[in-house]
Amino acid sequence: MRSVSRLLVFIVLIAVLLAGCGGQAPAGPKVVKVLAMQQAGPTPEEMNAIVAEFNEKNPNIKVEIEYVSYDALHDKIVTAMATTPPSYDVILVDDIWYAEFAKAGYLWDVTDKIDAQTKEKVFGAAWDITTVNGRIYGMPWLLDAKYFYYNEKILKEAGFDRPPATWEELVEQARVIKEKGLVEYPIAWSWAQAEAAICDFVALLYGNGGRFVDEQGKPAFNDEKGVQVLEWMVKTIDEGISNPASVSYVEEDVRNVFSQGKAAFALNWLYMYDLAALNEQESQVVGQVKMSLVPVFESMAKQGLKSATINGSMGFSVVDKSPNREAAWEYVKYLTSEDVQKRYAAHLLPIWSANYEGEALEALKALNPATPVTVPMFKEQFPYAHVRPKVPYYLEGSKALQLALQEALTKQKTPAQALNDAAAKWIELQSK
Amino acid sequence: MKRWRRHLSTLLMLGLMLPVLLFIYAPIAWLVLSSISTRAELLAVPPHWIPEHPTLKNYRDILIPGTAVSEVARTFSVTLRNSFIVAGSTTLICLVTGSLAGYALARLRLPFRNALFMGILGVRMVPEISLVVPLYIIAARLALLNKPIVLIITYLSFALPFAIWMLSTFFESVPRELEDAALIDGSSRLGTLFRVVLPVAAPGIVSTALFTFLLAWDEFFFALIFTSTIAAKTVPVAIAEFTGRYAVDITAMMTGGVLAALPPVLLALVFQRYIVSGLSAGAIKG
Amino acid sequence: MAQATVRPPKTVSLLQFEIREGVLFLLPAVVLIFGITLFPILFTFVLSFTDTPLSNPSPQNFVGVSNYLVFLRSAQFWQAIWRTLYFTVVSVGAELLLGLGIALLIHARPPGWAFLRTSLIIPWAVPTIVNGALWRWIYNADYGALNGLLYSLGLIERYRPWLTEPMRALNLVIVADIWHSVPFIALILQAALATLPLELDEAAAVDGANAWQRFWFIRLPLLRPAILVALVIRTVEAFRVFDIIYVITQGGPAFGTVTISYLTYLESFSYGRLGSGAALSFLITLFTLFMALAYVRLLYRPEVQG
Repeated sequence: MRSVSRLLVFIVLIAVLLAGCGGQAPAGPKVVKVLAMQQAGPTPEEMNAIVAEFNEKNPNIKVEIEYVSYDALHDKIVTAMATTPPSYDVILVDDIWYAEFAKAGYLWDVTDKIDAQTKEKVFGAAWDITTVNGRIYGMPWLLDAKYFYYNEKILKEAGFDRPPATWEELVEQARVIKEKGLVEYPIAWSWAQAEAAICDFVALLYGNGGRFVDEQGKPAFNDEKGVQVLEWMVKTIDEGISNPASVSYVEEDVRNVFSQGKAAFALNWLYMYDLAALNEQESQVVGQVKMSLVPVFESMAKQGLKSATINGSMGFSVVDKSPNREAAWEYVKYLTSEDVQKRYAAHLLPIWSANYEGEALEALKALNPATPVTVPMFKEQFPYAHVRPKVPYYLEGSKALQLALQEALTKQKTPAQALNDAAAKWIELQSK
Repeated sequence: MKRWRRHLSTLLMLGLMLPVLLFIYAPIAWLVLSSISTRAELLAVPPHWIPEHPTLKNYRDILIPGTAVSEVARTFSVTLRNSFIVAGSTTLICLVTGSLAGYALARLRLPFRNALFMGILGVRMVPEISLVVPLYIIAARLALLNKPIVLIITYLSFALPFAIWMLSTFFESVPRELEDAALIDGSSRLGTLFRVVLPVAAPGIVSTALFTFLLAWDEFFFALIFTSTIAAKTVPVAIAEFTGRYAVDITAMMTGGVLAALPPVLLALVFQRYIVSGLSAGAIKG
Repeated sequence: MAQATVRPPKTVSLLQFEIREGVLFLLPAVVLIFGITLFPILFTFVLSFTDTPLSNPSPQNFVGVSNYLVFLRSAQFWQAIWRTLYFTVVSVGAELLLGLGIALLIHARPPGWAFLRTSLIIPWAVPTIVNGALWRWIYNADYGALNGLLYSLGLIERYRPWLTEPMRALNLVIVADIWHSVPFIALILQAALATLPLELDEAAAVDGANAWQRFWFIRLPLLRPAILVALVIRTVEAFRVFDIIYVITQGGPAFGTVTISYLTYLESFSYGRLGSGAALSFLITLFTLFMALAYVRLLYRPEVQG
């Protein structure tokens, strides 16, 4: 029995020790904890290097950075916000989470901390990312949009010397490509039940003069324009122009198909250029890949609209409950500053328009073999990028719309019916 | 005639075994083949069932620091170590405290025995998802996040009930006479447990250790939420992280999969006897 | 407590003594188990009667049982329950049948039975996450092994996407689960078969019972406790399935693989409704406990109790 009581004393001691570990007051520099993401533009080495620079220049602040996968990022943030003080002071936020997080009070309102000069020098479409109801909740950082890729060799063999400017033109070219047997399914999309499908749909929707929501925030994706778009999507699958496997594809599948030379056209983020056009290990169509503006529908082209695409960017924000908000903001400002962005632009395009002019532009273009193409393309395409609605129930609403797209594409519902059902769900969410 | 029939039935049984073995090994083969293929071969249509240029490059990328491109791959070996620490410690604590509790439940006449047993097993019925938020809040207060200890402690919530249940089954099968002899000789309960019961139940302890280790090695959701640095991240989380925002690094994922599966598979194969005996003990007792 | 090492005389106090000992033996484990889980369980239980958002997780806005009522009335919930039951019944049912078949096969000791038994251990020991990642890759629409195999065998003319249709996706997740779990049931049952007394079997054979009769009337009843254990463990696991769905389909397509655990995850984490997520998880706990009890009632007949 004595040994049992000794064991108990031991266990109690351990418990006390464990409890004692917590709650010490931090001494020395203010610690700023940053939650970032794997595989987001810059490599972790580059991110770590920026942290080291910052820590050296600011001896009273100590930044510690952690990386998780994109899939885990949202869940990680919302769990971390459940504690006081929160586990992170700076978080990387996806475009579509801003409204949810702002409403939940996670993010520090930095509207008044951004001077007019900064406001002006950063791309306008970039501010759309971090702005909710007119208030700014962070610095835009990872700017991305979906771009239009085409295989120049296939187009030439089919007898076309330029890429389509409208979706109607794309269908015509695709028919010829298919008839000549150059590829079986000329275009690949990311229409799986995922956010990727919304992105493609939004690009098409705005290219048809449609809107996601109206001024009152009511769903507008189910109006005439929206239904036309979804009907068009279904039709291209029926006709064998769109790859039928698109309904199970996300972006990476699109890249694989396109890189194998099994598609003449593709819509994808900027990362695909480097891998499909230049990387021999990843691609069998090296040297054949070109980019051009994302097409629009003919009716809109006649009205002078040149392009429409989806804005899929991310920003860095300071956590409202953080005890070190000022220090955290210093780091965010540093990370997104013109100088740092210029020096670390190899995997991330800067948010500052000044970086795309004169000498800075030449420097940017000379960074790596991809930038001579991607940098001018970015400058041309990004102004046509549309953000998804900034509503706090976005994730749930998006799931409903993803479902609608799937149901229409797999012929369980008519496009109009599916979109109307999704719109009803949005209105229900809105009233909650 | 009879011999002919026996041959026929053997043949029939072999015919039945073949599809079972195929079903078991085909996915395994695909996993291993994917891990030794180059990306280009992996994306060939139809697949190269036997890689034309088999390579160990994927393993080198993952295991040798400095060769891999992605952070996940570079830190993969660290997560393997974390998994060993977490699963090993969980197993150890489960064996020590589980032996005491399992013995008491198996042998001592306790009025609240059944209620307690049901309570302990009932805890196992609660889904992890419902515990994760409160546990996170506590762990954050105690500054335990991103430390292996937080996983060890939370894994006990499902591993310990399991260990107690298994161990009590084994202790019940130890002949009572052995203990009584020791007790009459003046040995204490604890002494009897350690000197008499445990050695006799040793195979059962090994089985329990194996099962607990595999259970802890397998856990994913707590690890996903409670860890985000390589200080404590475990292998299942690392594997999930090969999925990026748009991209899945499939060769790395399959290579990581082989490495993550090797420890539990090897352990289970080496200690096969104990797995089978553990399962049969559980089966007989219920 | 020093006198405890001396054995007291065998009187009424022996029982009390055992109780005291028992308490001490149990204390570390009980403190650990309930210390870790009691507060979270109570916390979640309280949350389930509130409208607490994840953004501020201290219980607030008491709403009574309305979270429960909302779910019991929602189609989404019953669809998830239906899917979960389908998943559970089909996967556990198939696992039991296949497992029993494999166990009998091993028990018949054909040449190579030991190799088969060893082989079974491999899929069972492969971690769930790896299992999920592997099958997702097998089902890949463009490069997957399933397409490759069917194509090479000439069974399909062109590659096709497998995970685009809800019901098919659910069935394919079940296949992945079966691969992982059949070995568990097969190993349990073959271990149990090995311990069955042979006399009855032999006596029945002498009396002229054929193999099928001997299996149905003698072996199967004797196997009942083992089947019960396997069923209870697997049913509880299958009913709470989460990891493998998170990896293979993330609930898609068209919510076709959203099981009750996945719905809880969506409610709590994606939609930030901690209160209703908590209510869901208690419904799951209740369902699991109910099922475990039902099994015991159905299968645990006193005459075969060990």
